[in-house]
Formats: sequence, C-alpha cells, structure tokens
Amino acid sequence: MKRLGKRDEISYAKWGYIFILPFFIAFFIFQLIPMISTFYYSFFEYYRSGLTIIGPNPVGLENYQALFQSDFPKYMGNTVIMWLLGFIPQIIISLVLAAWFTDVRLRIHGKQFFKAVIYMPNLIMASAFAMLFFALFSPNGPVNAFLVSSGISAEPFRFLTSVWGARGLVGLMNFLMWFGNTTILLMAAVMGISPALFEAAELDGCSSTQTFFKITLPMIRPILVYVLITSMIGGLQMFDVPQILTNGKGTPDRTTETVIMFLNNHLYSKNFGMAGAISVILFIICAILCLVVYFVLNPEDEKAQRRRKRGKELKKKQAARAGAAEGRA
Amino acid sequence: MEKRTSYGRTILAYVVLIILAFLCLFFFYILIINATRNHAQIQQGFSFLPGKSFWVNLHNVMNDANIPVMSGIKNSLIVSGAAAILATYFSSLTAYGLYAYDFKLKRPAFIFIMLILVMPTQVSALGFVRLVTGMGMINTLWPLFLPSIAAPAVFYFMYSYMQSTLPLDLVEAARIDGSSEFRTFNRIVLPIMKPAIAVQAIFTFVTTWNNFFVPALIISDNSKKTMPILIAALRSADFMKFDMGKVYMIILIAILPIIIVYLILSRYIIAGVTLGGVKE
Repeated sequence: MKRLGKRDEISYAKWGYIFILPFFIAFFIFQLIPMISTFYYSFFEYYRSGLTIIGPNPVGLENYQALFQSDFPKYMGNTVIMWLLGFIPQIIISLVLAAWFTDVRLRIHGKQFFKAVIYMPNLIMASAFAMLFFALFSPNGPVNAFLVSSGISAEPFRFLTSVWGARGLVGLMNFLMWFGNTTILLMAAVMGISPALFEAAELDGCSSTQTFFKITLPMIRPILVYVLITSMIGGLQMFDVPQILTNGKGTPDRTTETVIMFLNNHLYSKNFGMAGAISVILFIICAILCLVVYFVLNPEDEKAQRRRKRGKELKKKQAARAGAAEGRA
Repeated sequence: MEKRTSYGRTILAYVVLIILAFLCLFFFYILIINATRNHAQIQQGFSFLPGKSFWVNLHNVMNDANIPVMSGIKNSLIVSGAAAILATYFSSLTAYGLYAYDFKLKRPAFIFIMLILVMPTQVSALGFVRLVTGMGMINTLWPLFLPSIAAPAVFYFMYSYMQSTLPLDLVEAARIDGSSEFRTFNRIVLPIMKPAIAVQAIFTFVTTWNNFFVPALIISDNSKKTMPILIAALRSADFMKFDMGKVYMIILIAILPIIIVYLILSRYIIAGVTLGGVKE
C-alpha cells in the first residue's frame, strides 16, 4: 500500500511529519539542547567555591587535562572491573541456561517457573536491592550471622571495608539483576535457529557440546555482540548499586567509585566544567558503542544484497532484540 | 548411551537451576521475614520463621515524618504512570508515522532514532538540570516524565511489532471509509498494538519506578521525593541508630508493587522481552 498515487503520496506525507513531530520536539528539548549545553560548559571554568560562583570563563581543553590528571582513569578502571565481575559469570551462565532450555534432549520441567524466577531481579529497584544487600551483608547482618554460627568464619567479615568484598558485592548484584534477562534473549536467539540444522547435527552424531560450539554459538553471534555492547553501555552507567551500597563514597578508598558517581559528585558540588568534560568523554565512548548496536540491528545497511534472502529471519531477530533494547536502555 | 548422558545432564541442569533460583529468591525471603520482625529480633540473628511485628513496623514506617513513604509512593505512581502512558502513546505514534507514510525525511529520521537507541541520559544530565532549572520546573515532578515522549527503545519495539502485525491494507481500507488519519491511528492502529503497548507500558513503568539518578538531581523537597530517593536518604542517615525492622519494611514497600504486578503478569512480561519474535 506504500505505492499510492503521486497525488495521494503528497497529501499523506504531511501526516508522517505530524506523527513523528512530538517525539522529535521532546527529544530536542529534553535531550539535544541539554547535551549541547553540557558539551559547551566542558570548555569553561565554571564552579562553585563556597558561596561564590566562579566563571563561566573559557579555558579551552583545561578541564579535560585536569580530568585525566584526577582520579578519573582510576574510576574508569573501577567501573570496568565491577562490570566484568558481573558480566563474565552472567554471559557464561546465560549461555549455558539458554542451551539447556532449548535442548530437546534434556527434558526440563517448569521452564516457565525458572524463567520467571531468574528474570525477577531485573525488575527490582536497584537502589532498594543495594540497600537490602547493605543490610544483609553488614557486620551484624544475617549473612555474617550465618558465617559465624556455621563456623566458616571466626568473626564477621566486613564486606564493605574490603576492596574485593565491596566490588564482589556490586558484581554479584549486577549478575543477579541481569543474567535472567540475558538468558531469555539468548534463548529467543537459539530458538530462531532453523531446527533442521540441529537435526542434521544430531544425525551426523554431534555431541551436545559440539552442537553448542559449532552451531549454536556461531548462529547467535549477532545477538551476543548486541548483549555485549548493551551490557557495556549499561555498565558505564553503573550508579545506583555502588552509590547506595557505599553511601556515595565509593568505599573502601574509592575502589568502588564509578564514573557516573564521579559525575554525580561534580553535579552536586556544581562543578559544571568538570561535569561537562566527564559527560563528553562518556558521550564519545557511548557514541562508538551506539554505532556498533546500529549495525548489529540493521545488518542490511552493510549487506543489502543478502537482505531479501534472509529478510524473514532478520525480522524475527530484530523483533527479539527490540525487547532487549527496551530492557537495557 | 545417548539417553544416559542426557539423563546426567538433565540432573546437572536441575541442580544449577535450583541453585540459581534459590539465589534469586532467598534474598527476598530474608527481606520479607525481617520486615515482620522487630529490631531486637533482627539483631539477634536470622530466623526462617516470620515474627509478629509486621503491623508495628508498617505503622512505624507510615508515621515517620522524616521518610514520607505515602507521598513517596504517590509521587512514584504519578511519575511512572505518566511516563508509561506518554512513552507508549507517542512511541506508537512515531512508529506509525515512520511505518505507514512515505516522506522525504523518513529514512534519516529512522536512522537518527536508531543511532540514539541506547544513548544513556546521563551524558546530558548537566544540561538537563540547568534547562529544567531555567524552565522553573526544578523540584517538580514534570521533568521526570515529560522526556518519556521521546523513548527510542519503546519506539523501536513498536516499529518491529507493526512490521509483523499491522497490514497497511487495513489503513487503506479505513481511508476509503473516510476515516481521518488521526482517527485511524486512535481507533484502528492502537487497538491492534494493545499487546505491545501493554508490555511496553509495564517496562516503562518499572524503569521509571526504579529510576534514581535523574530524580535525585531534580527533587530536593521531601514531599516530592520518589521511592528510590527515600531509600537513598535511608542509607545516608545514621544507619546504626535505625530500627532495622523499619528499614526492611521500607525496602519491601519500595519493591512490592512491582513484585505483585510481576507475579500476576510474569508470563506476559517474559514473553514481552521477545514478543515480536513470538508473534512472527
């Protein structure tokens, strides 16, 4: 029906613009203008000292210089480490679960129940979850009570004053919150693979392990890339959990301070120049990651000729990813 | 031979699944148990059995003037509800605009939205706070839901869903019947989009309900705080002096609405994560 008469096309085109207008107006006001002014302030000396506001005075790239001489690289490192602590177990467990759930040779009952249970933490308020963990893992909380009474530890283990204790807790929470979501996405991807491939593999005598590494993994590679990149973007935004867990201090010794916590501190202390510089660096990293996501979701831009053949499959995958995009954004 | 190996792997799968399910559920079990016990009982150690202080804790939480839980729930409901309605309606509208019409900027507009699909809002937080201040909307609930009109991820979901379920013949038929474009969208397209709208409304509601970073920058007035900010305030208060029964109770209140919705709709929510694929 897109092949309308020329006159019709002209008269209906207007409606296309009208319908997409609210989205773009809201985007320009609430995202684009703020983004431009954020970038603008990154080139200014503009902060509060006591009660007086200094600036804005243009200083060129000084904020960026100061940023890289500050602890920013360390916070970047913290963010990456805590992201990896959650992501590595998350992707391994999710792959294994997706393979199990979709393996016809395994007869797992209650799939729906298990899916419902492992997805649940994804919907929990991260700040409440962090507060819960803080209470549970505090020196006189239930976890330590268990460790001491069962004889595993002679005295309460102070998770939040140990570097790897605190980072481990953040990683554990991120893992718990995201592995269910990833499992469901990967399952959808595996189920999108033509059953004929699996049947052929079985006829040829492939073991489950061989099938997994030689068929499943290569076939779901695009969605794996998608999961990896969106998880990286999510990891860069890590804030709620370490902020609440350490009361915004990144204890011990700022080893759990993330980039966004650093940004948050500058926003609260009204150091706009530095906050701007952090935002710009974050933007550059995210823009690169966004481009990758774009090409994963729109492979036809690269290989337009193959599009027709795989059109149907693509649509299926895209639809599956739409759910993912929603969850992680 | 083949059967035996599968049998062993099935058992392994069950063991791993049960451990993971236990991990996911046990923390919430402790939370619920501790919300029913008083401070002294909680300090004594963990118990698998609930206590009798549920109503006392609830009463204490409701009557704490420093942590206005009732207004926190109300504010969170307003913000999340409005965000869910705005995001789903305008994303459907945008998706329909790009799906059903041909116009010059159609492809650039689509590519643009796809490029910003996963761009975090944090990168423009500084400008956002200044803009909101300039507009006189600082310390109000408006800036917490108005930006939802532009929700790229919801748009993308709606667009994918339309591709698989909305035949353009239907739109054409409505036109022949003399239906205006807006009426066609509201009366014919929206009802077809209902499943997608329901799923995305839930997801947007949950995301907004849980959102902490932006509200914490915008809201300073106690009576306008949303639940996540109240939780953060709880953490920054002198923790040792707190009645732990109350702390657990507030956490429970903050996550309970979502859990209840999830218990009722989990099947649809999980299907929603991959809804388009199921529909195909």
